[in-house]
Amino acid sequence: MAEFLMPSLGADMTEGTVTRWLVQPGDHVDRGDIVVEVETDKADMEVEIFEAGTIEQLLVPQGEKVPVGTPLAIVATAAAPAARVALPETSGPAPPLAEAPKPAAPSPAAPRPRATPTARIRARELGVDLAAVHGTGVAGAITRQDVEHAALRRAPEPAPRAEGRRLLVSPRARLLAGERGIDLATVTGSGPGGSITAGDVERVAAPTAVAAPSLPSGPAVEVPSGRPRAAGRGPIAALMERSNREIPHYYLGIEVDMSRALDWLKAENRKRPVPDRILASALLLKATALAAHEVPEVNGYFIDGGFQPSATVNLGVAISLRQGGLVAPAILDASAMPLGELMRRLQDLVARARAGRLRASEMSSGTITVTNLGEQGVDFVYGVIYPPQVALVGFGKVTERPWAEAGMLGVRPVITASLAADHRASDGHRGGQFLATVAKLLQEPEHL
Amino acid sequence: MNADEARATVLAVLATIAPEANLSELELDVEFRDQLDIDSMDFLNFIIGVHERTGIDIPEEDYPALETLAGCINYLVAARPAG
Amino acid sequence: MSGAVKTTCREALRAAIREAMQRDSRVFLMGEDVGEYGGCFAVSKGLLDEFGPERIRDTPLSESVFVGAGIGAAMNGLRPIVEVMTVNFSLLALDQILNNAATILHMSGGQFNVPLVIRMATGGGRQLAAQHSHSLEGWYAHIPGIKVLTPGTIEDFRGMLWTALEDPDPVLIFENALLYNLEGELAEDAGPVDISKARVLRSGTSLSLFSYGGSIPKTLEAAVQLESRGIDPEVVDLRTLRPLDTATIIDSVRRTHRAVIVDEGWRSGSISAEIMARIMEESFYELDAPVARVCTAEVPLPYAKQMEDAALPRVETIIEAAMNVVGGNG
Repeated sequence: MAEFLMPSLGADMTEGTVTRWLVQPGDHVDRGDIVVEVETDKADMEVEIFEAGTIEQLLVPQGEKVPVGTPLAIVATAAAPAARVALPETSGPAPPLAEAPKPAAPSPAAPRPRATPTARIRARELGVDLAAVHGTGVAGAITRQDVEHAALRRAPEPAPRAEGRRLLVSPRARLLAGERGIDLATVTGSGPGGSITAGDVERVAAPTAVAAPSLPSGPAVEVPSGRPRAAGRGPIAALMERSNREIPHYYLGIEVDMSRALDWLKAENRKRPVPDRILASALLLKATALAAHEVPEVNGYFIDGGFQPSATVNLGVAISLRQGGLVAPAILDASAMPLGELMRRLQDLVARARAGRLRASEMSSGTITVTNLGEQGVDFVYGVIYPPQVALVGFGKVTERPWAEAGMLGVRPVITASLAADHRASDGHRGGQFLATVAKLLQEPEHL
Repeated sequence: MNADEARATVLAVLATIAPEANLSELELDVEFRDQLDIDSMDFLNFIIGVHERTGIDIPEEDYPALETLAGCINYLVAARPAG
Repeated sequence: MSGAVKTTCREALRAAIREAMQRDSRVFLMGEDVGEYGGCFAVSKGLLDEFGPERIRDTPLSESVFVGAGIGAAMNGLRPIVEVMTVNFSLLALDQILNNAATILHMSGGQFNVPLVIRMATGGGRQLAAQHSHSLEGWYAHIPGIKVLTPGTIEDFRGMLWTALEDPDPVLIFENALLYNLEGELAEDAGPVDISKARVLRSGTSLSLFSYGGSIPKTLEAAVQLESRGIDPEVVDLRTLRPLDTATIIDSVRRTHRAVIVDEGWRSGSISAEIMARIMEESFYELDAPVARVCTAEVPLPYAKQMEDAALPRVETIIEAAMNVVGGNG
């Protein structure tokens, strides 16, 4: 048994209209068959199916507009022929469902939805509100299957707790969750009567730091492991959780020859007195800021379902704290800043971050963030974007590599720059242009 | 500057960089980086701190000589303040 | 720093009365059986021989009369200590206390103050049944114009009286009768204590146990047992029920985020209700659990031992309330 879902046919597609079904219940389909025509804001498209089997039921009639991810049809696949949709039919009392506690009975004036008697019984059992179910039976009547599908569609929602009553949260826990941006629905209560306490909120704030290092692979590189959790971890944990939940990340990497940049820096620093010397980090930041200015799709916020590019580049810098923890304050308008000034700002920011004296405006104003993990020996960073930003740029360590250029092989210091970007705001093409710009800028360090 | 003064100077600067560290346990010949959780920004601030306290101009090429406590002491004892 | 002596609350209080009589010739003690008999609870035993019948005065069995006489003596320059045998008898003098002692300063436009101290025994637990086991200190704390002290430690039995006598206005001292025999160490040079502040008897982090008077030893014992269960309670001795030291209460809640109030009074309209209200008013967003309380069952106090025990706050009920409030967050 499989569901055939309304697909996403473009990064910006949120819903589609079923214009024509090309199959009917009972039809056999093979992987790759065109089964439905869908109209989006931009185009009409034919949609293929990726399951082989028999169309059991069409759930969305022609002409109806539904969100991406909505089940359009049920397919009885070869592996599980005619298996009934997995529903808790054996359990006696109706399971508590999100819609169960309707504040008031449907008003008597509302027309009674047309439904079959078995559909009504099933709706009562499953706690489904018939008014919210689309009927596919005779004359649009709601069938038992319609009810079950409606219940199924609801199933992935977070399980309601306390029989759908208001969450029991202590005032302090509520305050803390607000401060740290933690969704109380994700917290398990351990206090009196199962209430959520401040300690419970703090435990939820912690797990990213604890769990991430054990992930098999992937975008956990950023999380320092084996260090005591600092107070700063809580908000970061909530933010990172949200990022991975909401943002469709894509990742690109590019190797950059650093010989010119480092040679130039060495010569430059020889001219500079000790307190004015510049770190390679500052060069990387400046190149990133300029590139972000040139490719605005990676610089800004994704808010309210849309991307808002930023005119200035406020460069967030991920700074690890000495006792563990991470903050990412921003250097405002970094692309317009001379390199020496950028270095001074970076120095100041690191010092203040580690002394716990950052300003709120610096914490919330970043439009793109850079994390440099080269000093930890990391080669490649698969970053997690700071919402509502749309890109995170990572730098690994500088290593000597064989490098071919103009037909000649040599050994060069090489760094890998990576981009984690929000696919809702940009595509790989623009992301690639951004990284190429970073690489190009680092070849002309004197202009940075 | 003698060896005791040099050691005292180095430890005083390190205390501002890594205030949480127990510097009395610092080993002579192990790099600060491996003992104190120091990154390049910290190291630059260390060099600046030593420069400010001693007046010695430390060129970047000499940085490797300053990566251990013993190295720092030798370097500072041998160096002459600028000007 | 001098040494400590082993003593009882009764002896500490007697020492306090003796000191007051010696320090200030205006001080005298009067009440039922305080002279020849040495006091119903033997607090003033021996003082008649020491100070004579002018200053250790037996009175008729008429609370209204001798409390009223105390008010008049105070208004005329003396510093009376009036002993009312138990709190239930104080009801016979309630008009004197509430309508005269507490209001004369106000009614006279500030011309006459009443520097009177009234001591009385309070509390249950002695099988004296429904008419002699009240804990009405919370009631008295309702009345503006008087101060209500509830000593719960030997230091306070020793030190509160003099400070109360120094106060220009009427002060009521509620002495839980079970504490008279309480033994403990007292510094040899122990003397007057402050009466405006609650006191943290035991610092902790898991929750705040607010208690006073006869419930203090029970609360401290509960704290010891809670500690063995991995809970680290703070114990705050309220000491003075009027005026309440709200600042210390709120400060403690801000640190522990949970509170249980132990109050031997009946819960409806009690001092524990007032404390809960103040915690809500001033530190709602600090709270990590509903505030709980352990009070006396709302019944006339039974005579039968096991029934009386069941009705009063006990170490076990304090522990139970604390565990409920802490939940899984000990």
